[in-house]
Amino acid sequence: MTQDYQLNHLDELEAESMFVLREVAAQFERPAILFSGGKDSIVVTHLAAKAFAPARIPMPLVHIDTGHNFPETLEFRDALADQLGVQLVVGSVQATIDAGRVREETGAQASRNRLQTTTLLDTIEEGKYDACIGGARRDEEKARAKERFFSHRDDFGQWDPKQQRPELWNLFNGNHMPGEHFRVFPLNNWTELDIWNYITREQIALPSLYFAHDRNCVVRNGVILAHSEHLPHREDETPETMRVRFRTLGDLTITGAIESDADTLEKITAEVAATRITERGGRVDDKRSETSMEDRKKEGYF
Amino acid sequence: MSTTNQNSLLRFTTAGSVDDGKSTLIGRLLFDSKSIFEDQLEAVESSSRKKGLENMDLSLLTDGLRAEREQGITIDVAYRYFATPRRKFIIADTPGHVQYTRNMVTGASTADLALILIDARHGLVEQTHRHSFIASLLGIKHLVVCVNKMDLVDFNEDAYHTITSAYRNFSVRLNIPDIKFIPMSALLGDNVVENSANMPWYEGGTLLSHLEEIHVGSDRNLQDCRFPIQYVIRPQTDEDRDFRGYAGRVASGVFKVGDKVVALPSGMQSRIKEIFIGSDPVDRAFPPQSVTMTLESDIDLSRGDMLVRENNQPRSLQEIDAQLCWMGEERLKPAVRYIVRHGTTEVKSTIREVLYKVDINTLHRNEDDKQIGMNDIARVRLRIASPLLTDDYRRNRTTGSFILIDPGTNLTVAAGFIN
Repeated sequence: MTQDYQLNHLDELEAESMFVLREVAAQFERPAILFSGGKDSIVVTHLAAKAFAPARIPMPLVHIDTGHNFPETLEFRDALADQLGVQLVVGSVQATIDAGRVREETGAQASRNRLQTTTLLDTIEEGKYDACIGGARRDEEKARAKERFFSHRDDFGQWDPKQQRPELWNLFNGNHMPGEHFRVFPLNNWTELDIWNYITREQIALPSLYFAHDRNCVVRNGVILAHSEHLPHREDETPETMRVRFRTLGDLTITGAIESDADTLEKITAEVAATRITERGGRVDDKRSETSMEDRKKEGYF
Repeated sequence: MSTTNQNSLLRFTTAGSVDDGKSTLIGRLLFDSKSIFEDQLEAVESSSRKKGLENMDLSLLTDGLRAEREQGITIDVAYRYFATPRRKFIIADTPGHVQYTRNMVTGASTADLALILIDARHGLVEQTHRHSFIASLLGIKHLVVCVNKMDLVDFNEDAYHTITSAYRNFSVRLNIPDIKFIPMSALLGDNVVENSANMPWYEGGTLLSHLEEIHVGSDRNLQDCRFPIQYVIRPQTDEDRDFRGYAGRVASGVFKVGDKVVALPSGMQSRIKEIFIGSDPVDRAFPPQSVTMTLESDIDLSRGDMLVRENNQPRSLQEIDAQLCWMGEERLKPAVRYIVRHGTTEVKSTIREVLYKVDINTLHRNEDDKQIGMNDIARVRLRIASPLLTDDYRRNRTTGSFILIDPGTNLTVAAGFIN
């Protein structure tokens, strides 16, 4: 009879994430959801809608717009905020550049990935957010594997991985000094496959970029990149039409696509289950050095 | 590989040092279940080569921090994930040395099961006792004792039985109902995923089949109804003008629509009107579900309160007898008013008395040295500013546990287990 009280792993992960989201709403004055438009932050938003139903999500969606986003991501973002009736706050990297706070990278490797950190920290300070919820998962990347659910940031937004608070049971310590904030990761224990299984089960809407489509692409260092005005052009490259989809959504300039015919959630899930390369394997930003994620996270990156 | 859509979750913990074969064992579980990806493997191979190693060092997979890679040690708890067609697993992998007791305690706090590794050549050592004691202290109900490196003792049955009987003698002092022994060679793969051809005398199953089959659902306390209120949902929109939902995670027991409940500490009574997961109504809620409940009558409830059954209530205590595992870098100071975080409440406390310190290797009680520093385990008496709704840790991991926070630094300085 106890078998009746057994949850499957997706139910258990969902229950854990909802608990974390409610704990944020209860412990912090001004929480926010960092919304990238990618599948993980869409799942976080879906879980938040469930955690606080029938009320609206009691925190805004904060998006850091690099100016190099896929247009599909921005359309999706606006429609979702509208549908849920939540406030959308946009921090603009272009505005940070125009104000002279950061200098744009140049050259063929140029990306706005690292510049986002300044805009993100400025946006957090302006909004006085004391908890920022992200969609990062421990299985994504080795520095992220060390993350807590409640991860402390000092008043410069920095992460100190050696001074992390121990996290026991489900007792999350969000106590902090004024000016400090927390990053919160409700999806810590999910894997990429869990995310896809859950999206399929819950029938969560996603940007069209995740589904196989025909697109003009260039292949650079083995990574398939979308051809666009933001991608610095190289003489020896000729864009060609390929049938692709994206496994993660970052900036146009750094997010690698994969060749795929998977155009439904079921096909994508089957493809993810069979794949032998991690989803961040196509991310140029992670390939700069062995510890490039740790270095960026210490500065205050997502 | 299946998409493991409908399987349960098993959380287990391991502890160990560099050379007891733990990394090899975990590496084999991940590798044989195809949970290591090609680009991860390439990165580990190239890092291993850079370090001048002949074989692949699988610890590089999760020792992701710069300091860990440089020093070749796991500093922190590393969480690893793998799935088989039958189950999803979360491993909390922790360093095994005494100076990392706090990490072992952290990793074990959410685990259903602990793996204890014993080197067949050396038998029980200090670390075996330490890991077993921590598992017992944390209330883990299932142990798997992996007698590893059997290849180095010629797969000898007597060597195995000497170790298992020594462990049985030792374990009578522990509070762990289910202990399973498996002879194996993680390096060669014997009895990890595949049955061993070298040990025909062993008739039990492999480690992986044990992990896949073990039933942990009944470990959850389904008797004592405890629903700590985490957050109150009041939409205040036109369609839900009067909706007042109590959100939380069921700590223990089964709650059904129509059940009579008592709100603590007020003692007010009501009945459960509805239970929701998100917007979907359900007829019952059980641990570890996160749900929202509404009540028949309008009673005043807020975060920190608890819904229980009239004839089965937690103890309301202001003096608490507890074991502490100290985690702070600064010693315990009797003058500090540490903040207790227990369930969804936070209150001030003082530590009235240190009764004794426990030697984590011998379980010996030391009543002379009462200085409590990092990694020490001690029994104490605390005075709480206002009563807490508690159960014994052994009976209820949620209502029986707490952490202490230093009010000056906001750091988590101790984990507590209520006796």
